[in-house]
Amino acid sequence: MLQDDAEGGGGVALKDLDDILSESIRRNGESLVAVLQDIQEHYNYLPERALRSLSRKTGVPLIDIYRVATFYNSFSLVPRGKHQIVVCAGTTCHVRGASKVTEEISRVLGIGPGQVSADGNFSLDTVNCLGCCAFAPVMVVDGEYHGNLTPAKTRKILTSLKAKWLLPAGEADERGLVDDGDAEETEGA
Amino acid sequence: MVNMLLNGLQVSVDEGMTVLEAAKFFGINIPTLCYNEGLTPYGACRLCLVEIGEPGRSKLVTSCTYPVGEGLIVRTHSERVVKTRKLLIELYLATCPSSKVIQDLASEHHVTRVRFRPRDEKCILCGLCVRMCAEQMQGKAIGFARRGVDRKVTTPFDRKSEECRLCGGCMYICPACQARCQGPREEKPICNACLNLSQPCLDYFDDAMCFMDPCVACELNSGRTPKSERRNNP
Amino acid sequence: MTVTPKRLRAPEDLTVLRQSLVDRTDDRKPRIAVCGDTGCAVCGSLGLASSFKEIIERRGLKDRVGLKVTGCLGFCEQGPVVLVFPGEIFYRKVGPGDVEEIIDRTVLGGELVERLLYRDPITGQKLPRCSDLPFYKNQTRVLLEGNWRIDPNDIYDYIARGGYSAVAKALYEMTPEDVISEVKEARLRGRGGAGFPTGLKWEICRKTKGDTKYVVCNADEGDPGAFMDRSLLEGNPHSVLEGMIIAGIGIGARHGVIYVRAEYPTAVVKIRNAIEQASELGLLGENILGSDFSFDVTISKGAGAFVCGEETALLLSAEGKVGEPRQKPPFPAEKGYKGKPTVINNVETFANVPLIIKNGAAEYRRVGTEKSGGTKIFCLVGKVNNTGLVEVPLGITLREIIFGIGGGIKNGKRFKAVQTGGPSGGCLPEQMLDLKVDFEELSRAGSIMGSGGMIVMDEDTCVVDIARYFLQFLKSESCGKCFSCREGINRMLEIVEGIAAGEGSPEDLDLLEELACAVKDASMCGLGQTSANPVLSTLRYFRDEYLAHVELKKCPAAVCRALIRFQIDENLCTGCGICRKECPAEAIEGERRKPHTIDPNRCMKCGVCMEVCKFGAITKS
Repeated sequence: MLQDDAEGGGGVALKDLDDILSESIRRNGESLVAVLQDIQEHYNYLPERALRSLSRKTGVPLIDIYRVATFYNSFSLVPRGKHQIVVCAGTTCHVRGASKVTEEISRVLGIGPGQVSADGNFSLDTVNCLGCCAFAPVMVVDGEYHGNLTPAKTRKILTSLKAKWLLPAGEADERGLVDDGDAEETEGA
Repeated sequence: MVNMLLNGLQVSVDEGMTVLEAAKFFGINIPTLCYNEGLTPYGACRLCLVEIGEPGRSKLVTSCTYPVGEGLIVRTHSERVVKTRKLLIELYLATCPSSKVIQDLASEHHVTRVRFRPRDEKCILCGLCVRMCAEQMQGKAIGFARRGVDRKVTTPFDRKSEECRLCGGCMYICPACQARCQGPREEKPICNACLNLSQPCLDYFDDAMCFMDPCVACELNSGRTPKSERRNNP
Repeated sequence: MTVTPKRLRAPEDLTVLRQSLVDRTDDRKPRIAVCGDTGCAVCGSLGLASSFKEIIERRGLKDRVGLKVTGCLGFCEQGPVVLVFPGEIFYRKVGPGDVEEIIDRTVLGGELVERLLYRDPITGQKLPRCSDLPFYKNQTRVLLEGNWRIDPNDIYDYIARGGYSAVAKALYEMTPEDVISEVKEARLRGRGGAGFPTGLKWEICRKTKGDTKYVVCNADEGDPGAFMDRSLLEGNPHSVLEGMIIAGIGIGARHGVIYVRAEYPTAVVKIRNAIEQASELGLLGENILGSDFSFDVTISKGAGAFVCGEETALLLSAEGKVGEPRQKPPFPAEKGYKGKPTVINNVETFANVPLIIKNGAAEYRRVGTEKSGGTKIFCLVGKVNNTGLVEVPLGITLREIIFGIGGGIKNGKRFKAVQTGGPSGGCLPEQMLDLKVDFEELSRAGSIMGSGGMIVMDEDTCVVDIARYFLQFLKSESCGKCFSCREGINRMLEIVEGIAAGEGSPEDLDLLEELACAVKDASMCGLGQTSANPVLSTLRYFRDEYLAHVELKKCPAAVCRALIRFQIDENLCTGCGICRKECPAEAIEGERRKPHTIDPNRCMKCGVCMEVCKFGAITKS
């Protein structure tokens, strides 16, 4: 377990950080994007502590890492929700009413695009195109596609999913995050 | 040496120069915002646009980043260039009216109206500070983050940077915040206060032909209040 | 097919392998192809495939019936799609409950399952064979042909159909110069959008001095509404790899990189698998087919940035840096990936290359126009009856694509516009329908070919809203470096939003046009330069509609929320109350069994009520 000096990171200590970084750097060489993808895959977001550690390890100035981390859509500096809802905002979906679907999701979940619910259960994101235009508008919930949506149909799907998710007690996070503080404190939004 | 056609003149310039440097060498004034001799050319402000190529197949490029080349045809003040440049200055004025540098540019290029909704941005993202910090100060304390309209200059995680030595280089070079102009307000993005300070014609050469035609200041201040009074009532 | 991989050490080995594969194939053996593309997967085709598999195994039919999960079969509208060979029988919207019946009646019994057949909407006739369907009949499927027959996970399938013979030919029967001149002769032009002659690009790169060169494949298909490249990568990955190897032979490169966008996880899996298989057979790696030519391919995953489709940005992003375009020159052919001479082409461009080398430029050019040879794949989507992936010869008219193949507009509505070329393209109106689709004609009409998205819009689409949508998209996707692009798009959006909100003036249209021209002229990269196209093309062809917004404060298509009103027709309203229940703004009032009313002040114009009303009592105007 790596316990870094006090420098933010939301009080979250990161398991296996050293190993993940070393392994990823060995495999990806200089490609910062690829290393960040590995970090994100492991922790579900880019923890500040991991980026600082990466900077020290590689000698790449922190600002350059921060820049890559904020440039690309798929990186997140805050933990994503346990359940991820992605709405396609491609042109076809737009023409067929995706914005109404997004609004409906926001109403059901109480969060806007790019946000995570306060309990950390869901996050909502939009993507440019999933390439399933024949079934527009489309949303993906935890990797499962739902097509030909209307606001009413969306509400139905989400309400039943939400009920299912909220039923069992929250299980311990298996992604390697050991919460020793207030997880909401994570900065960098 | 390479030969090129600069505003219709056959000229020879050193290979490896940029078009902007060549134009400067021959005394042609091209406006810039994100350019500084001591820093890597960046090409973001788009003010140094010039037209290159044969008429009809020409295009606009930033002269600060475009290399000179054998047979290159360059026009620095063609109608297309001037029109585009003026619109860009108008956009700058609407976005960051409190910069004296931008106000001066507007005066110099006869930009007399702003048709966009004025906004008061503190930064025009010219990147001078970022390059100053990295290249001259070896700091790497600040940099760009995000993209599109959300792009901004910041420190890592938007917090006080450990790399920053508080040298002030970024502030020194910033065209938006140094010599901040007090005159303009959001509702009136052209103030002319700066212009008036540097225009000798109104007080001393009242009857002489102004070098600016039409003169923005003369047009807007037809009352021609004496300078002393103007200072008290900006 | 199960064959133990054995390294191919000479071109003859490849021929022998292919012959043995062909000999083993029995065309009369019934085969089932299930579309496994993401599109069909949305409606459950993968579950379908596994129940086919399970039933075939359970009933011991494994040796008698072949099953393949293929790439995109094209006709996404009808998904999940299942093809049964021999006979190319096309079954549409197949559910898990139909599996048993298809096997019993069609595969074993040789009869048709009537209810799963496609019905021609005009003649009402049921059409069993693929080649009878107007959607397929009017296409020229050369590249997509492979998607029907090939299991993308099986390299032997590709080899059996002549795969990698173009590599053998390029290595043993041609010089690198021959390869390049063949591609030049074929008039192949970049399918990524700009249409730069591919052969010329290769030639420049070949002539550039340097010991290390790269071949980069641009699979960062960011245009919303376009999935041609994904379908090729997922459906026929080896054709792309083969094209890259040939490019490597041509320019003298020994490394290739495929840059795939983050949103295509399946494509990454398929290519990775294809690379492994090709390496096992010695078709990638050291001394390909026993020659002294070596070539390897690595995958670089994007991280979600539209601007990375621009080649200079892509190259930086592939190196793992920030994908911000840079000024050209130097062009990638001189200074590209890791600063080395690089050829960068789009997925579809590479997929064309093996065809050119295998069949010769003359044969290839039999399709296409004088200036550009071959076919082009389009994604025909939007308000069109037959949504899907279509491949047509360059030079075909928009009308033939939208009405001939696409079957016209959904729900009998009127055609309004077609948007080609993604966010940077333009909207073309009805009077342009007879425009021939090629690089020059489209750009003359104010649009672009782009990578091949074709979004059809009907009378219910508002062009101001479309312009706003694209500007919104570009506003967040611009890298933000050039002031003209960042602030220009932002200001165009500001003006268009004003117009959509009913606050615009006629002068705004002139300002918008002036600004759009300046943004087009002043920005550095392709994104900025084309970002004005949606605005300029809609202003050019649909000025009346803009004027209706600014002068009459009306949205003719009833889309712009500030300018529309929802109303309940009291004669049609039965007072069932469903709209009142569903309205998120609680703007609907009324007693049960009595006509309801909408409070315009509370109505947020989301349209939910209109959608849930079973009596058509709610209208918008």
